[in-house]
Amino acid sequence: MTVTKTETLPVRSGDDVVRVRQRVRALAVEIGLGLVDQTKIITAASELARNTLDYGGGGDVCMEIVQAAMRKGLRLTFEDHGPGIADIEQAMTDHYTSGGGLGLGLGGAKRLSNEFHIESTPGSGTRVTIARWK
Amino acid sequence: MKTDGAEVLSKTVTQDEAAILDAWNAALREGTSLQSGRIREAELQTQVKAVFGQIRDALASGGLDADAAGFASLRETLADISRSRAIQGFTPTDTANFVFSLKEPIFDALKRMLDGDATALAAGVWAAGKVLDRLGLQTMEVFLASREEVIGRQGQEIAELSTPVVRLWDGILALPLIGTLDSARTGVVMENLLQAIVDEEAEIAIIDITGVPTVDTLVAQHLLKTVAAARLMGADCIVSGIRPQIAQTMVHLGVELNVVSKATLADAFAVALKRTGRKVVRQQAPAEERR
Amino acid sequence: MDRIPILKLGGALIVTIQVDMHDRLALALEEDLTAMIARTSARGVLIEISALEIVDSFIGRMLVSIAAVSRVLDAETVVAGMRPAVAITLVELGLELTGIKTALNVERGMALIQARLSEEDDGHESDRDRHEN
Repeated sequence: MTVTKTETLPVRSGDDVVRVRQRVRALAVEIGLGLVDQTKIITAASELARNTLDYGGGGDVCMEIVQAAMRKGLRLTFEDHGPGIADIEQAMTDHYTSGGGLGLGLGGAKRLSNEFHIESTPGSGTRVTIARWK
Repeated sequence: MKTDGAEVLSKTVTQDEAAILDAWNAALREGTSLQSGRIREAELQTQVKAVFGQIRDALASGGLDADAAGFASLRETLADISRSRAIQGFTPTDTANFVFSLKEPIFDALKRMLDGDATALAAGVWAAGKVLDRLGLQTMEVFLASREEVIGRQGQEIAELSTPVVRLWDGILALPLIGTLDSARTGVVMENLLQAIVDEEAEIAIIDITGVPTVDTLVAQHLLKTVAAARLMGADCIVSGIRPQIAQTMVHLGVELNVVSKATLADAFAVALKRTGRKVVRQQAPAEERR
Repeated sequence: MDRIPILKLGGALIVTIQVDMHDRLALALEEDLTAMIARTSARGVLIEISALEIVDSFIGRMLVSIAAVSRVLDAETVVAGMRPAVAITLVELGLELTGIKTALNVERGMALIQARLSEEDDGHESDRDRHEN
């Protein structure tokens, strides 16, 4: 698997969330994702960006276009240095929330992506990676 | 004295061009490509000429690495050729032989050129083998990739063909599903149906599953998702054609299909008409009118 | 700060969302709508979202909470014109728009609201303490 393009954006304010959505859309169009897949990955990105902002106290997102064999994909990595998640399994559960949201962010983002990976260390931050393949 | 295989090869190919080309064309003529009638001799000769010219130039630019920049245009030409072979339905053997059948003519040319100098001959043969094998493999890779592309596209087409959305009446759509539903196909089904709802401004969509052999938890989930998405857009769905055995299995599996369901498409259509404020009535005494 | 305009038409309020919703805009809309329902005693709220390319859980929550607040103020909320891709994504996300009616387009949405208005005018007008005009 090779990375053919990389971009990094900050996620520190509500406006950044909108900017992340716009860039994700542009990249999704660039790799030729269909309309529904575009909408899915943009929505997933929006959820994760808001998590990064609300629960992680802000961070960055790294957006990559990846190529594996014949397929192109879009991989997004959201990283923050916030309090981290002590119980990932619980955080993944639908409707569980620690901060007044709907509790659909992580589980929803997972369902909207082809690949989902989360790692978190309490006290030092969280990193969530999702990918959607064409 | 150390003999450079690449140099020997390049020199041979340049100097003995006409003879090699003739022999290559002859070898191809004996192959099965032409007999299958998928390509005409003139076209084949044009390709032979183009490829040979580029091999000669690539070798002259130095090196035997077929993945190097000097071979770029040759690789492209070969890729084009094998792509069209894949689409025209050539066998893998025919496609690979296009390159491999150049081996013998080149080996013969090397023999003529280096008569007696065994070391140089060995180096030249090795060099030719190395380049042509790599080119042959590249050809196969493109061939397979193109075939996969064709298969992928056909799969997509089948999925789309097998899920026609039909308009039963103003604002009433039907989607007769036939065959097994997997998640890839459901995706296409869902998109087609929802787009048709928008295009036709349909209030009610009937999903008829008479032709679906089994309904397991996954299929039920897919159906429910489609119904839920349609509802979000402001349209209602009715599921029809759940066969008795399927209904039984579903109950045993604990699958709840929490939607309006009717036994047959006709029943569902009647409900749809009623909901949109219409009904079907028999024409008054048609028999008497005819008398 | 930009705000999304709210139109009043008969007993209904109409909002069409034409821009990429950012969070402040969503919150402002919720506030404005609530104030406007109270001020005009509107009985229906129509939110047209056919231009909206995504609805994430934040915007979804905004819609649900507008509907809930409206209901308390005796107005019904109809969301009209959701795109297919958005609907599929919302279902996959697991978001249910509880308490919200949906319609294919503005016309159908208005018809839903009108139906409710006329139903009540026929039936229970005397039950209600309504202050119109």
